[in-house]
Amino acid sequence: MTSLQDAKAPADEVVLEAIGLTKHFPVRRKVRDLFTRKHDAVHAVDDVHLTLRRGKVVALVGESGSGKSTVARVLAQLYPRTGGDIQLHGESTRVKAGRQFRGYASRVQMIFQDPFASLNPVHTVRYHLARALRIHHNDGGDLEAALAELLTRVSLTPPERYLDKFPHELSGGQRQRVAIARALGARPEALLADEPVSMLDVSIRLGVLNLLRDLKERLNLAILYITHDIASARYFADETLVMYAGRMVEGGDSESVTQTPAHPYTRLLIDSAPDPDRLTGDTDPLEEDRGNGEPPSLIHPPTGCRFHPRCPAVMPRCSTDLPVRLEIGDKPGHWAACWLYDTAGAEK
Amino acid sequence: MEPVLEIRNLNVDYGLGDRAVQAVRDVSLTLHKGEVLGLAGESGSGKSTLAYGMTRLLAPPGAITGGEVIYHPEQGSPYDVLALSDRALRQFRWAETAIVFQGAMNSLNPVHKISTQLTDVLKAHEPKLSEHSRNARAREMLKLVGISTDRMDAFPHQLSGGMRQRVMIGMALILQPQVVIMDEPTTALDVVMQRQILGQLIDLRERLGFSVIFITHDLSLLVEFSNRIAIMYGGRIVEEAPAATLYRDALHPYSKGLLGSFPALRGPRRELSGIPGSPPDLAGMPTGCSFHPRCPKAFEPCSTAIPVLGRPDIPDGAGRSVACWLHPAEQPVG
Repeated sequence: MTSLQDAKAPADEVVLEAIGLTKHFPVRRKVRDLFTRKHDAVHAVDDVHLTLRRGKVVALVGESGSGKSTVARVLAQLYPRTGGDIQLHGESTRVKAGRQFRGYASRVQMIFQDPFASLNPVHTVRYHLARALRIHHNDGGDLEAALAELLTRVSLTPPERYLDKFPHELSGGQRQRVAIARALGARPEALLADEPVSMLDVSIRLGVLNLLRDLKERLNLAILYITHDIASARYFADETLVMYAGRMVEGGDSESVTQTPAHPYTRLLIDSAPDPDRLTGDTDPLEEDRGNGEPPSLIHPPTGCRFHPRCPAVMPRCSTDLPVRLEIGDKPGHWAACWLYDTAGAEK
Repeated sequence: MEPVLEIRNLNVDYGLGDRAVQAVRDVSLTLHKGEVLGLAGESGSGKSTLAYGMTRLLAPPGAITGGEVIYHPEQGSPYDVLALSDRALRQFRWAETAIVFQGAMNSLNPVHKISTQLTDVLKAHEPKLSEHSRNARAREMLKLVGISTDRMDAFPHQLSGGMRQRVMIGMALILQPQVVIMDEPTTALDVVMQRQILGQLIDLRERLGFSVIFITHDLSLLVEFSNRIAIMYGGRIVEEAPAATLYRDALHPYSKGLLGSFPALRGPRRELSGIPGSPPDLAGMPTGCSFHPRCPKAFEPCSTAIPVLGRPDIPDGAGRSVACWLHPAEQPVG
């Protein structure tokens, strides 16, 4: 019997890479635009670079509407990309449907936010998991054993108790575990987790995150963890990337991004997160100008840096020149797309 | 501090007879003047049901099966909200207590301008007011919550989520109620917007002097923004304490577990575990303390007898109460 073998590939091997990934959604044209050459589009994701390595978790943090879920969906090839490249083990891939898509899906799997919607209410747990195993030819001739192993993997034990349950008989956390088991049924190398815990009760979120971390270690998975909660990114991810209005603004290892944030937007995000140590009555730095306001329209995004209309440290250059990735210099690999760190002052 | 709203032994059921589900059981809670009382709990813990129950907004099959809610008006003698006639209730609602609903962004009517919706409240409660002064009041309210008055004639879809939420807060404050109930007011918003709106609310509370009942599942937010916190589990209040005390030294294992479920943004990185198991099903509540199947410290009385909420037997137990057999109550509350 071939069970779900623990992967033996070397750690740190690059599994999935996005290079200059861009996704625009066309906007319906108005009648008066029909005779012009105007084609408006929502610039959901622009020029995103990210690398998923075996055994590592990359967190993508941003507010709603920042394009973080679009990145996951483009990476899962659920949306065709507008520009840029997706490389699986160094090979450019573009799949649409059919066998090619299945081949891709067997290596890159996605977990969705809402386990109440991502499981079919009229089918049992057995159906959901058996289907994933069968489609990807991973049942190894003994379906029952493979099913039991999948459920054990996600700590739904004893498996017999859960196999014939319907989704409505399970709690939110159990449902999300079934969704994770279904993704594992394909024996993927990369897992794209789009806000996997934000719909769950607070007390069970950590259980699911710890499960994902445990699976990552045992199966040597590459995980993309998408979240709006920067504290959980620090807890769970090795590397953290921050997105604002469709662009990456900062990246680096999670500890340096959360402890010494460089980009003004990241600082705003961290200062806004609830912090029990800052109790009521303490001086609240809230009223200072730190970039309050709202994210811009993505149909006509601001020129230059997209954060400049809200930025407390805005310079004339910010509204005209698009900032490039600049090394911060405190830790290797910590960068920010912000002109504040252009120490040389030199043009690139 | 004088009380504004006192809930005494409130019970709320869903359904009737033997199949009734007890969503809120024997809850006693006091809201004092000018304070922010946080009500924390997971989904299904009965926190929203409690809010709807005490304002008599509960839709069937929900039914209040016992208890009283005593309201202390600014002038006059206290009365029981649950005993009010329909007419008196109409007068009471919004003028004395206002509520900002969960997903308030969707509680604005999409086909009416926000000016119409704001002045509607005034039309119903202060019919003698002229149209001009109604509009002036609405404009003043918008200014108070930080929306420029030229958005008076905007439709809800023309405003962002944060602005719609502010309009809802403005609408709740327009009759200057004494009590504002906020049911997960910021869950649909981003952290940056959430902080702005809550900061503004605290600021307004200091200026206008109303009291807030703040319901959320995000305990770390409550610790920062409220004065006192009550934690609900399985339809009962399991612990109540000043926010800072609760954060530093929670007594109930569930409160401890809940506090340990939030990864910290600062300080050392710790391994966290959350709480094992899953929240109880209200239809099949465990016997005794409803938390005992998940409790790491459960011992023999926990599965048989329900602990009473009362002052704990610790040196500085004044002003706090807990329902746990580890800390048997000295004087039960209620």
